[in-house]
Amino acid sequence: MLSNNAKTTRALAFILLLSGVTITAAQAEDDHDERNGDRHAAKSSGKYGGENRGKPVQPAQTNAKYQQECSSCHIAYAPGLLPAESWRKVMDSLDRHFGSDASLDAQDSREITGFLVKNSSNRWSAPTAPLRITESAWFKRKHDTDEISPSVWKNPQVKSPANCTACHLQAERGNFNERDIRIPK
Amino acid sequence: MLRRFYTSGLALIAAAGLVAQPAWAETPSEMLSSLQQEAAAAPGFQGFSSTRGESFFKARHGNEWSCSSCHTENPAALGRHAKTGKVIEPLAPSANAERFTNPKKVEKWFKRNCNDVLDRVCTAQEKGDVLAYLLSLKK
Repeated sequence: MLSNNAKTTRALAFILLLSGVTITAAQAEDDHDERNGDRHAAKSSGKYGGENRGKPVQPAQTNAKYQQECSSCHIAYAPGLLPAESWRKVMDSLDRHFGSDASLDAQDSREITGFLVKNSSNRWSAPTAPLRITESAWFKRKHDTDEISPSVWKNPQVKSPANCTACHLQAERGNFNERDIRIPK
Repeated sequence: MLRRFYTSGLALIAAAGLVAQPAWAETPSEMLSSLQQEAAAAPGFQGFSSTRGESFFKARHGNEWSCSSCHTENPAALGRHAKTGKVIEPLAPSANAERFTNPKKVEKWFKRNCNDVLDRVCTAQEKGDVLAYLLSLKK
């Protein structure tokens, strides 16, 4: 019994070691950011008060229908940026989508909702479900005045905080690494 | 017998061709014809007018946006979403061969955009006038 436990422990340790090797520099950077974020969040309810984006933020397999239907007016935001309940709310109110009618037929809507919910943030523990990515605690912390000067938001090339690609060059692929940020002058 | 075989074979090929076509591809002028059939059902229909379509396209209809708020005053050029700033490919078929070839897509966008601009669906007359205008534009 004891030796079985020891074997299991060793096997687990081995697996952990292996997966450790596959952690990319990008993820390490992400973790580093999170430790900083921790100081700003309520300790009891997790990082960013439980309003944390998922990891990964973008699934390995994207959905063609989502890409096609949701990238006409803005980028197809990575599903891990919001919790499941937020995506349900967004998809339920597409006919009044931030001041525009973005309605879809029932079949497309079902497929896209399924994809978004399945790949929503896996680190969101708060009971909140904002409609806007910019309303989440992690977003606010990462883009507060310590990080981004208010003048950046006024730049016409940025125009709106919804315009991720203005600074995050690889945002359409769900890549928000610090090294891929270029703030327009 | 042989002839019947040929006929059914041809029918099969034709059917396969239809299936392979993505979303019932049409041409913009075919789309204009079907709008015309629809509009002709209304009393007093006297055809489409590209001039009327142009005014409709560029005017506001009680809301903040007109069609040209995003598609610009020159729909043969690149547009830009009035809110997000995302680039919109040209709307005029002369500048963008993909436009008005997919009925499902056309229906989806007329529904959305008419709702944004007019708070209602557009009539077949209005859609036909706009399409006539867009078809009159050179690249």
